[in-house]
Amino acid sequence: MKTGIVGYGTYIPKYRIKTEEIASVWGKDADRVKKGLMVKEKSVPAPDEDAITIGVEAARNAVVHSGIDVKKIGAIYMGSESHPYAVKPSSATVAEAIGTTPNLTAADYEFACKAGTAAIQTSMGLVSSKMVEYAMAIGADTSQGQPGDALEFTAAAGGAAFIIGREDLVAEINDTFSFTTDTPDFWRREGQEFPRHGARFTGTPAYFKHITGATRGLLEKTGESIEEFDHVVFHQPNGKFPNAVAKILGVPKEKLTAGLKVVDFGNTYSGATPLGIAAVLDICKAGDKILATSFGSGAGSDSFSITATDKLLEKRKTQKTTVQKYIDNKKYINYAIYAKYRKKIKAI
Amino acid sequence: MASNSISLMWRGIQQRYNLIGTKCKTCGQAFFPPRKNCPKCRRKGQIEELKFSGNGKVFSHSVVHAPPEGFENQVPYIISLVELEEGPLVTAQIVDCEPSEIQIGTKVKKVFRRVSEGGKSGIINYGYKFVLDR
Ligand SMILES: [Zn+2]
Repeated sequence: MKTGIVGYGTYIPKYRIKTEEIASVWGKDADRVKKGLMVKEKSVPAPDEDAITIGVEAARNAVVHSGIDVKKIGAIYMGSESHPYAVKPSSATVAEAIGTTPNLTAADYEFACKAGTAAIQTSMGLVSSKMVEYAMAIGADTSQGQPGDALEFTAAAGGAAFIIGREDLVAEINDTFSFTTDTPDFWRREGQEFPRHGARFTGTPAYFKHITGATRGLLEKTGESIEEFDHVVFHQPNGKFPNAVAKILGVPKEKLTAGLKVVDFGNTYSGATPLGIAAVLDICKAGDKILATSFGSGAGSDSFSITATDKLLEKRKTQKTTVQKYIDNKKYINYAIYAKYRKKIKAI
Repeated sequence: MASNSISLMWRGIQQRYNLIGTKCKTCGQAFFPPRKNCPKCRRKGQIEELKFSGNGKVFSHSVVHAPPEGFENQVPYIISLVELEEGPLVTAQIVDCEPSEIQIGTKVKKVFRRVSEGGKSGIINYGYKFVLDR
């Protein structure tokens, strides 16, 4: 049964902090950091924003883009590693805020940076089995790095929402394939504010092994060759990793450009691959093929083969928001304001 | 948060999340917060639910420098009376902008934000605020 994207929406907070600004606080060489991570600035949520508010804005944009009756959305899954509550579902608040309640199922997902793509897969299953007419998958995060840690340069905020259905698709999801193992590359224990990571361990046995595993598995399953794809999106914790994994898989750099947005707003965790897919859908042609592979620490990857349809171009004429519009709507803040907004000042 | 204020918060969820108010079909007047009867039409009034568009303009505003507890990291922030395009005035924060960017008549649109929270362990209240509509 064919499934795909009926509509999508994105959201990125307005505030940005430059890599130089963070580097100057911790006495690091900004040029070296920028060159190493390939991130020039990152998004910062306002003090009244969190994964739920970002999820709601993206979900509302997706509903407008799709043009569907929201009451027909029978399931909402929201992936995040920064759900505001340990116990109380973000997905239910999103459902209430877009007006789908009460006749739907909902749940929150967590799988580090790939919870959003796991939500897309669940949605595909429910829609293709006809359990629901439409399902919504959201990936949204307001992730934090420990002050002074390398992650602080990239841990950013943003999200995307996809409405999955069977008809009137703006993009068909041809197939999906996943690759999962128990790998201790990055974690955050219950009740802890900041994550920890296995430093160099995050590369080869984690990011590279799982992304190549899922991508090669998908191609083997579908019989497609990597050359067939016009755009390729990889999880983007920084700019360096997706470029390096593209080289391993034989993807030319120019095919990454449309979906590689980490340079402009940092790593949005569960939002990262979904925002990359959305950025490609914002600009691609009808018939373009998109390969997208997420990565979540702990560890796993979900890979998707997607084809854009004529409907995408039709809907683009009335589309209100794009990833680029959010990138351009920005205001820079300094480290002190950033520390205040992110509640890193502990006396208040 | 005491349980009676939680129930008050819970009953207002649709109002706060989606700007749901009411409208009198007889004279066309819109109400937010919702009213169950029209003061003008009285018994002739016919009240129905209305979802406000979320578009409006600044009617008046002021800047808060001395915040209540829980708002310390937002200071200074803007509180405004926003005139919704359907007519009613609502009190709300205007966020993601500086006081210098706002004057009477500035166009704004609704966004979904955290409005307040019951300390570190209590319920988080979500609802409408406004940003500049450019
Ligand atoms: Zn009336």
